[in-house]
Amino acid sequence: AALWSGAALADPDLSADLMIDGELHIVTRAPADDIVPNLSERYSGWLFRDPATRDMQADDFENPAMLAVDQGAELWETAEGTAGQSCQDCHGDAEESMAGVRARMPHVNADGELWSMENYVNNCRTERMGAEEWRWSGGEMTSMTAFLSMQSRGMPVAVQIDGPAAPYWEQGRDMYYTRYGQLELSCSSCHEESTGMMIRADHLSQGQISGFPTYRLKNAGIVSIHNRFRGCIRDTRAETFAEGSEEFRALELYVASRGMGLDVEGVSVRP
Amino acid sequence: LAGTAIAEVAPGDITWVDDVMIPTSLTGMPGSVDAGVSVVSSRSAGNCVACHGISALPDAAFQGNVGPSLDGVGSRWTEAELRGILVDAKHMFPDTRMPSFYRVDGFTRPGDAYTGRAADPATFGPLLSAVQIEDTIAYLMTLTD
Ligand code: HEC
Ligand code: HEC
Ligand code: HEC
Repeated sequence: AALWSGAALADPDLSADLMIDGELHIVTRAPADDIVPNLSERYSGWLFRDPATRDMQADDFENPAMLAVDQGAELWETAEGTAGQSCQDCHGDAEESMAGVRARMPHVNADGELWSMENYVNNCRTERMGAEEWRWSGGEMTSMTAFLSMQSRGMPVAVQIDGPAAPYWEQGRDMYYTRYGQLELSCSSCHEESTGMMIRADHLSQGQISGFPTYRLKNAGIVSIHNRFRGCIRDTRAETFAEGSEEFRALELYVASRGMGLDVEGVSVRP
Repeated sequence: LAGTAIAEVAPGDITWVDDVMIPTSLTGMPGSVDAGVSVVSSRSAGNCVACHGISALPDAAFQGNVGPSLDGVGSRWTEAELRGILVDAKHMFPDTRMPSFYRVDGFTRPGDAYTGRAADPATFGPLLSAVQIEDTIAYLMTLTD
């Protein structure tokens, strides 16, 4: 919160450019289409943050999430479970095999079920490695999703929303406009109707997930998409949904589709 | 609250006039202006400043602007209208983002405060008490142009 003192009511500079280490340009503004009828343009949450936080994300040495990315890289090579295999043994070089994977998550699996990245990772652990599954927002999982997201950094979000994904997408859209809790606020109340406004000490963004997982300075750690959703719903004085639940996976798909064309940020930094 | 419950109007027993006004005090008594200041500015009470600015309260930190500034509301609205807006703003402003502060039913997945757990119907109450509503109105009526 202290980051905001003084500049609290300044309008976000929506024309700022995100350039990582002076060489990788990240698309933080994308044209809207009829998928999001009420938005004129799509904006990354990065644009709504104060200059110090933005700068942190623009420099991999300053970005505190890179520690988790390194841990994820180590886990990638670590054999575990009864099969004695590592992710690398099957998938090889993540830079090649995992490029673009984050950009199309969540997606419907071979059995017709909508899965988030965490589901795919845990499925490989339990079904292929004979290892225990990781907790949805536990340290190993967020390190791994941070590492995997980095392999799609700079690639545009492009989730499938038609065909087998359509019913999930519609479920997520209905949730997005449902006013939950005793405060009766929907995702749309805050992130669509109030974009750019101040609610308490926070500048409201569009609530995009192209920057996830994200390093939150407030938590001094990596936050998963579903953990963020849970926090936002809890703040409406509502009974939340569980991380990994079918509801949150559907919501994730819908929110991802609101960010199509924005680049995957790998691991963002947020207050 | 002991001893004051005699004339209090419960959330379910409100009588609306023209669907937007509540002319009589929920407690049967006028509220306290000073107590109203703390309801409006305190995070654990009304937390109105999360969404509204009030120039008369420069010490209330983190004033938001999701709603309009409350400067001059005492001139813009009658006491009966302000009571209606506070009790359930959706009467005056259908579809508003402003929460209903004295209502207990009709919610989707109501929670137990900010715990993320389901509310217990046996103890679930309105966001503000009748006394707090009246205190807030007393304060808002002082915000004149
Ligand atoms: C024994 C082999 C094996 C091991 C070990 C393994 N995987 Fe997989 N993984 C697969 C196969 C096979 C698929 C399905 C490929 C497909 O459908 O294209 C897959 C799919 C995935 C996907 C989904 C890719 C996509 O395009 O949707 C992810 C993410 C993934 N694995 C991550 C991991 C991680 C992280 C680990 C280690 C913790 C791991 N895998 C370990 C074999 C393995
Ligand atoms: C009471 C207001 C409120 C509601 C309702 C709300 N949010 Fe948020 N949300 C916030 C605030 C404040 C932040 C932090 C500042 C920002 O990025 O907007 C935030 C941040 C987020 C972020 C992180 C964005 C980033 O770039 O770091 C996501 C994603 C998000 N919200 C999704 C949702 C979804 C999905 C819903 C509905 C289930 C929702 N929010 C409901 C207030 C709200
Ligand atoms: C989550 C946001 C939010 C909170 C919290 C909130 N309000 Fe509001 N309020 C609004 C919005 C938005 C409006 C504009 C009405 C509309 O939707 O057209 C409003 C309108 C009003 C108005 C009419 C203002 C005018 O200028 O005509 C009053 C009075 C008011 N609010 C008082 C309060 C009080 C007192 C509290 C706390 C007990 C409070 N509000 C809490 C969002 C909020």
